[in-house]
Amino acid sequence: MSEPIIRVAGLQKSFGAKKIHNGISFSLEEGETLTIIGGSGTGKSVLLKQIIGLIKPDSGGIFVEGEDITQLDEDELQKVQKKMGYVFQESALFDSLSVGENVAFGLHTIMDAEKPHALKIARQKLAMVGLSGIEELRPSQLSGGMKKRVGIARAIAMGPEILLYDEPTTGLDPVMTDVISDLILKLKEESGTTAIAVTHDMKSAYKISDKIAMLFEGKILQIGSPDEIQNSSNPIVRQFIAGSSHGPIPVPRV
Amino acid sequence: MLSPNNPVVIAARKLLDVSQATGEVVLLIRRTFSWMVRAPIERNNLLYQMVEMGNRTFPVASLTLVFTGMVVALQTGFSMIRGFNEPLYIGTALGHSIFKELSPVLTGMVFAGRVGAAIAAELGTMKVTEQLDALYTLGTNPVKYLAVPRFIAAITMLPLLVIYADLMGVIGGYIVAMIQLRIPSTEYIDDITNLDLDIVLHGFLKSFFFALIIVAVSCYKGFTTKGGAEGVGKATTAAVVISMVMILISDYFVSAVLVSLGIG
Repeated sequence: MSEPIIRVAGLQKSFGAKKIHNGISFSLEEGETLTIIGGSGTGKSVLLKQIIGLIKPDSGGIFVEGEDITQLDEDELQKVQKKMGYVFQESALFDSLSVGENVAFGLHTIMDAEKPHALKIARQKLAMVGLSGIEELRPSQLSGGMKKRVGIARAIAMGPEILLYDEPTTGLDPVMTDVISDLILKLKEESGTTAIAVTHDMKSAYKISDKIAMLFEGKILQIGSPDEIQNSSNPIVRQFIAGSSHGPIPVPRV
Repeated sequence: MLSPNNPVVIAARKLLDVSQATGEVVLLIRRTFSWMVRAPIERNNLLYQMVEMGNRTFPVASLTLVFTGMVVALQTGFSMIRGFNEPLYIGTALGHSIFKELSPVLTGMVFAGRVGAAIAAELGTMKVTEQLDALYTLGTNPVKYLAVPRFIAAITMLPLLVIYADLMGVIGGYIVAMIQLRIPSTEYIDDITNLDLDIVLHGFLKSFFFALIIVAVSCYKGFTTKGGAEGVGKATTAAVVISMVMILISDYFVSAVLVSLGIG
């Protein structure tokens, strides 16, 4: 059996006295989309940042195409990072650059593409996410949904094998949420990219995922297909997907 | 066991924090210089930083040094008149104080306030909006992309601004010497031109250290910003205050070294 494209094994992470991850393990085959769900502050974004090497785990392994990225030095890690694209929660577009320059950034700086060529590819990627003719605008001139799509265009510009989406639909209206979900599906169908998404939005999770994993108290509580999660017998999973404040998940009393 | 609120524990913790921060600033300087030699420097980015730093500092430094030159000439002139009945050695006294101390220190202060604050605020905002993380994910090291051009620009621009500020100080002194003290312009100019070049070199060399302090502290504060808009504000204030205090403290030690080497 071939090695999964991503394998996380026994991941542990604490910030000070607070334990965030307490032995997280899962694997993902090429072309699959995994969505990680879980309450706020359960460490979903921290998990994504560990997978791309922005945060080092305390222990455990993260294997990307069989290579444990937790053991790599900065230069080696950068080579692995080139295989990945990361869509940030707040888009994290560079304020000082135009939209076109943002999307062309990686192509120009890493792939050493000449700037006009990089900008040409950036225009194509922006067209792919339905944003033609905005290359000259600044990020501050864009709406929330446009910023998310530019963030996606920037992440896919270098043709990554793996895409990591950190709350790609948070803060968007329901229609725009569906637009982004469709876009994630379209990218998967067109380029066969493996993806991990973090979201609270169950409608989007059911639509885009091959697998859904529920994170609770530092561990993966359940992992399964959207159908399996929807029909879960676990009371914590059931409470979360129903969006109810009544149940075993501790909630602040108001 | 001492309680965490015990003054001794608080003082010890502060001392540890300062030691850690100092170590991290030194590491940042080392990493920046290592990137300078390892990777090609983006010329456009560097040029943009140099122009920005010059533009930000130029007007305030001009105003500061013209008036400082004026007040130095005024104070020296009237002290001389009280002691010797005539305004002697105005240019000489002004040259020593402006070139060696006032021009590098005051221009450094203006640079810290204008450029240091801008660096800390910009990098701090990039940190809290995850733009620094985005750089990493796009295979670009933030030290290479952001710190290197700022370091080179600051270390180049502050010494140039100090030379310019020297000239502004001389012009300020000249105005007072001519109009208020009524000394012949040739006497004032002779006083200045007869000064050793070492005097100017003393202030010029010091400004390299001041530039390094300002840019290293400001980049460090920006890169380590935490906690949203409030964090950016705190990082910016800290960058300016620490840079200014460090300029004043290091001024003594750098001056002592330069004097012992016979420079100035």
